[in-house]
Amino acid sequence: MNVQLFIPCFVDQLYPQTAFNMVKVLRKLGCEVSYNDNQTCCGQPAFNAGFQHEAKEVCSKFLKDFSGTDYIVAPSASCTGFVRNYYTKLFDNSSVHNDVKNLGNRLYEFSEFLVKVLGVEDVGATFSAKATYHDSCAGLRECKIKQEPRKLLKNVKGLELVEMNDVETCCGFGGTFAVKFEPISVAMADQKITNAVATEAEYIISTDLSCLMHIGGRSNFKGNKIKTIHLADVLASGW
Amino acid sequence: MSEHASSFIAKSTIKAADLDHRRKINFNIGKYNSVVPVGKQQFSDVNTARERAKNVKWRAIETLDQQLEEFEANLTKRGGKVIWAENTQQALDEIYQICVAKNCKTIVKSKSMVTEEIKLNEFLHEKNIESVETDLGEYIQQLDGETPYHIVTPAMHKSKEDVAKLFAEKLGTDPKLTPEELTLVARAKLREKYVQAEIGVTGANFIISDIGGIAITENEGNGRLSCGWPKTHIVIVGIEKVIPSMADLGLFWPLLATFGTGQKVTSYNTIVSGPRQEGETDGPEEMYVILLDNGRTNLLANPKTRESLYCIRCGACLNACPVYKNIGGHSYETTYSGPIGSVITPHLKEMNEWKHLSYASSLCGNCTEVCAVKINLHELLLENRYESVEEGDASWGERVAWKMWKQASLHRSMMNMGNKKMKNWMVNKVFKGWTTERADLDFSSKTFNELWKQNKAI
Ligand code: SF4
Repeated sequence: MNVQLFIPCFVDQLYPQTAFNMVKVLRKLGCEVSYNDNQTCCGQPAFNAGFQHEAKEVCSKFLKDFSGTDYIVAPSASCTGFVRNYYTKLFDNSSVHNDVKNLGNRLYEFSEFLVKVLGVEDVGATFSAKATYHDSCAGLRECKIKQEPRKLLKNVKGLELVEMNDVETCCGFGGTFAVKFEPISVAMADQKITNAVATEAEYIISTDLSCLMHIGGRSNFKGNKIKTIHLADVLASGW
Repeated sequence: MSEHASSFIAKSTIKAADLDHRRKINFNIGKYNSVVPVGKQQFSDVNTARERAKNVKWRAIETLDQQLEEFEANLTKRGGKVIWAENTQQALDEIYQICVAKNCKTIVKSKSMVTEEIKLNEFLHEKNIESVETDLGEYIQQLDGETPYHIVTPAMHKSKEDVAKLFAEKLGTDPKLTPEELTLVARAKLREKYVQAEIGVTGANFIISDIGGIAITENEGNGRLSCGWPKTHIVIVGIEKVIPSMADLGLFWPLLATFGTGQKVTSYNTIVSGPRQEGETDGPEEMYVILLDNGRTNLLANPKTRESLYCIRCGACLNACPVYKNIGGHSYETTYSGPIGSVITPHLKEMNEWKHLSYASSLCGNCTEVCAVKINLHELLLENRYESVEEGDASWGERVAWKMWKQASLHRSMMNMGNKKMKNWMVNKVFKGWTTERADLDFSSKTFNELWKQNKAI
């Protein structure tokens, strides 16, 4: 199966290793992975800031960069959810209407691609640790992902998965919100960290590096021992 | 930054770090969270119920002019008087005129957010008319000189100990009284007021067009007393509260109860369709209904924000909002707080003064998830942000930054420019907002893009 990679801008800049781990897993499962090296960003940051015209130009580029018929897989529910749910609004009543619909149908977040499209729940990974899974808001509410990552994690050898309290509550990242309203954002992260630490887990796992960057950044700053790790990094471990 | 924005940031900073506040809120919202699922069981399919309700409200708002005129015609037939008020001042003037005509010294009032919106109590106080809140939560807030903290549970941020202390200070009661005893104290005080009051003021949960009536939902019976006991009853209500038919209450009463407090149906539900009719033994001699616009037609004018007028003020979105829970109802400094408040306030007031509320959200979408009538609240926050940028409210710096972002995002080569050291410095030192309370970010020395091309070349 041919798969196009969509590597969101901040993963590209900050966490290339996670993207490579996703590639490693996809290849193991028999996917022919390709990457259009002209790609940049889905446009979400500007859209969320209210700069819809700027966003729309970048979204148009995204549409072109990801034309074709291949599945597209991204290590981010946030960007996936944005393209699926908001492109239709941005390009409502336009000549690219069908392209947008088609793009939304081909684009998948990594864990949902494995479970729903490839039908794989056990990738043969080993990761010996106790961990808790954080539902990203975009995963949960924009993409409706709840069980997929848990199914994959359940089959990781050595991994003990424990659920935290208020697991569906936002960690407080929210893009520019994290900077513009830092005290609120940080207070939300603190509650997330408190709930995660209470499970005695060593790791917080999620589908979204944006959440993890925020939770991890706060947790390290406070000197907590708990670490953050992306789902792809866990699934690429031990083989 | 607007004055309101600075004040919002100052207040929310203090509250977000206030662990005692958070404990009380978590406790009270925890109680709410445990009863709502029980209430929902009364619906065989709660999702369909919410969708139907949204549909009814859609119809009502799309034909708002006709609905309101039908309401007026029907209420007038039974001797009620309808007053149309475009803004706060008009509403207050009308109320004052009635007060003067009735030689009114004391008003009893049931819980109503619209009266908060027009600051009725303050106005009456200036005019030397006593206005007494008769809802227990509102009574507590009035004693404390505070505005409601929450649209459904005004004193949500107070523990029972806080209330006992407040009563002791203001009314000289024993500071060890139990909630039941405190309620009895309030009740005794309030009964006197009902007898004295010349006018009762209430809000309305629904304006019912086909019968020309209003519906009031409450748990204490004080609303019923406020409209039924004094000689004159004034209702003040926002024009968006319309439902087309009395039959719609079969859906809206349980929906409001469940999403508001987790009840199946609220204890007292009253329909008032005019003053006392001939042959009736009780009820007020006169009934006035003030239909208030006060910016609501701004929301109506934009087909996207129009949806926010479907709100039945159940408060579910406040209870679900992690920002609300952290900063509390008062930090907003608005009548309507939480997600729905952040959506409507910039339109009810001025966009450039209140736009910060639309940005003060992590866009987690939990409000949209829980809304009783399925309003796309978080998308409306985005719509507000867009409107605010379109109106030219964004700062120069921000506009430049997004232009630069656009250039970089349109040209892949630009995204591979700049080395790790420079990017780290930019983000960690120039944009300090990230790193004052979080560890530094660490850019990769090469982007995925560069590494991919490099690997391919090998
Ligand atoms: S917006 Fe929805 S959830 Fe919020 S108060 Fe209104 S009806 Fe209730």
